[in-house]
Amino acid sequence: MDNERIDQIIDKHHGEASSLIQVLLDIQSENHWLPKEALEKVSERLQVPLARIQHIATFYKAFSLVPKGRHEIHVCLGTACHVRGAPRILDTVQDLTGIKPGETDLDLKFSLETVNCLGCCALGPVVEIDGKTHGKMGTSKAADMLKSYD
Amino acid sequence: MPLINSPAELEEFRQGVLAKRDPNAPCVSVCAGAGCVASGANEVIAAFKAEIEKQGLQASVETKGTGCPGFCERGPVVVIYPEEICYLQVTAEDVPEIVAQTLKEKKVVERLLYVDSATDEKATLESDIPFYKHQERLLLGSNIKIDPKNIDDYLALGGYSALAKALSEMTADQVLEEVKKSNLRGRGGGGFPAGRKWEGSRDAPDDPKYVIVNADEGDPGAFMDRALLEGNPHSILEGLIIGGYTIGAHEGYIYVRQEYPLAVENITLAIKQAEEYGFLGENILGSGFDFVVKVHKGAGAFVCGESTALMTALEGRVGEPRPKYIRSNIKGLWEKPSVLNNVETWANVPLIVNHGADWFTKYGTETSKGTKIFSLVGKIKNTGLVEVPMGMTLHDIIYKIGGGVPDGKKFKAVQTGGPSGGCIPESMLDLPVGFDELSKVGSMMGSGGMIVMDEDTCMVDVARYFIDFLTDESCGKCVPCREGLRQMLKILTNITKGKGKEGDIETLEDLSFTAKAAALCALGKSAPNPFLSTLNYFREEYEAHIKDKRCPARSCKALIDFHIDPAKCQACMICAKKCPVGAIDGGKNKIHVIDQEKCTKCGTCFEVCPSRFAAVQKTSAEPVPPPIPEEERTIVRKSKKK
Repeated sequence: MDNERIDQIIDKHHGEASSLIQVLLDIQSENHWLPKEALEKVSERLQVPLARIQHIATFYKAFSLVPKGRHEIHVCLGTACHVRGAPRILDTVQDLTGIKPGETDLDLKFSLETVNCLGCCALGPVVEIDGKTHGKMGTSKAADMLKSYD
Repeated sequence: MPLINSPAELEEFRQGVLAKRDPNAPCVSVCAGAGCVASGANEVIAAFKAEIEKQGLQASVETKGTGCPGFCERGPVVVIYPEEICYLQVTAEDVPEIVAQTLKEKKVVERLLYVDSATDEKATLESDIPFYKHQERLLLGSNIKIDPKNIDDYLALGGYSALAKALSEMTADQVLEEVKKSNLRGRGGGGFPAGRKWEGSRDAPDDPKYVIVNADEGDPGAFMDRALLEGNPHSILEGLIIGGYTIGAHEGYIYVRQEYPLAVENITLAIKQAEEYGFLGENILGSGFDFVVKVHKGAGAFVCGESTALMTALEGRVGEPRPKYIRSNIKGLWEKPSVLNNVETWANVPLIVNHGADWFTKYGTETSKGTKIFSLVGKIKNTGLVEVPMGMTLHDIIYKIGGGVPDGKKFKAVQTGGPSGGCIPESMLDLPVGFDELSKVGSMMGSGGMIVMDEDTCMVDVARYFIDFLTDESCGKCVPCREGLRQMLKILTNITKGKGKEGDIETLEDLSFTAKAAALCALGKSAPNPFLSTLNYFREEYEAHIKDKRCPARSCKALIDFHIDPAKCQACMICAKKCPVGAIDGGKNKIHVIDQEKCTKCGTCFEVCPSRFAAVQKTSAEPVPPPIPEEERTIVRKSKKK
């Protein structure tokens, strides 16, 4: 991510230190992760110590300090999905991708995360890939679905 | 210049909007809430637009994507006005038929109607469907009539009339009196009376003051706030502006989680439109009152739903709760008086101002007034959002509205209140829902999640699930929550893995007691509730896990086994093909056998085995029968014998 774009994002939030989280969210959503250089830039512009930025970047779930794969898988583990068998879906996805929640595979193909509720409880268990919601998952359906991504 | 500068101009504008609309003109409303969108609602809307244009009807028929009416189970939901014909599970392929039959010929497409599974009766109108019939939808009712991206739709239904009334006909004290009289209690969890909270801020000497919408709906399995924010954002905005006027705040915040992108989009657009119309900004409706609203996206932390943590996050810091020696309505955001209420609480405010406290208190019980939206999810036939008057029994909500447990399974428990709540067993289903009633049985109202569990749900696993959730989400500031929960999780995980031992339950009780007494914030104090309530009502399940290494619900992976009943297996090969680890041996006309060494207990075979065979068996703490001898494995089919 280039410095110019980061400047634009910061300007959009009027360069206020209280908008720090909003700035980081915008960078995260465009760049899919927060590179150290970007954080340094934010720190300098907003006059917030880097340590505090790192505190925030590690506290909130939305942020990632490592690069993400081409496809971001979010397995919903909300209560409604849980009672309908989400843990088994997660196990299947882990087995097939070879990665655990929070990890990215070596080919940068998939990143796996769990979420605590996507609010589509009627469709549970739910898996979201690249922002698209796939509902009424079963273990074999999940396996078929993953094969369609490259 | 704002468009509307006085209550009179607002009325005039509203009449103008209404005059342009023919109430008898056909209109296609498609739910564009997140649930229906996931089921393909956007494709349905696009198909309607294309088909209507193809048929040359675009001048006479309006198509709109609306807010969520709540019946997510049968999405995408389509309602055709003015007849109010309700079609369910509509796909893009159904659209030409609907346009040709219903819009042109005024005929009903029977196959898309709701069919009552018990009586086989069809319901044409939305109001005839049992799921809706037993509800009292004061807040959710407008959702299907409103395109949330169009402020005129809200105005056509009388929107912002409460704001005009408050600003022009009532003093701030009068609004406060009305809200206090209505006994509106916070819908976010604790149920603190909103009027008293407002009064504290109003009387606090400091300036400036703030009003905040808590839309950080973190409870897993709850999505009513999302539906309101996505579906009818102006109702929340109107409530917030009235709140600002009442306590003397000129700045409001909406804290909404970034996991709800559509809610963020709709509320941001609503604020922009309200600014253009003059409902936000300076000298609102000529009253001299100024008010602005900002949206703050939450970055994903459950603890930020707690009031003080949310305020810390708003300040751009790590969302950790603060001690409440002084309440946040006196010293809150930036140490200033701040009223924080939940989305649903704010949405009730315009109704109370418009119709009066006496009207509002007609609904509900002695101590809990009004209606409450629940998200009825889990093992239930009609999943979705239901809005009922307080005081309806759990039984009526689950069976009359929800239609009971699907697949002929037996009801076990209903979990309310999210991770801070508890599980309520079948014997207590006659309990009326209300803040105090639910607390009395060891659960709580919470924000309104209602998760139904059946005989296949393991209650120890449910407790472990919530403690796992809370351990992960604990902010780490105080020891009883950070360390105590971690130990509880360790013990509970061991129990579900069959490694539980005598004394575990007592240790868990000790840790629970400590967290309840000594944690800093309400989340920590209520964290042991899922464990305590399941132990209270389902102690025998804990004992079965610990003593017999048996999971009565046959859910805990480490305690179950799968095998194929040779008498039932028809050698169809489906399970053998689907098994991800190749643990099933079998072939055509050869009875299948699961290799217990290879089996990972993923349950795929159990899931895919055709229900008419039901050959795959799931057992717990029973010896797996030895595989049948090789020579007996061949199936000789009668039809093939000549």
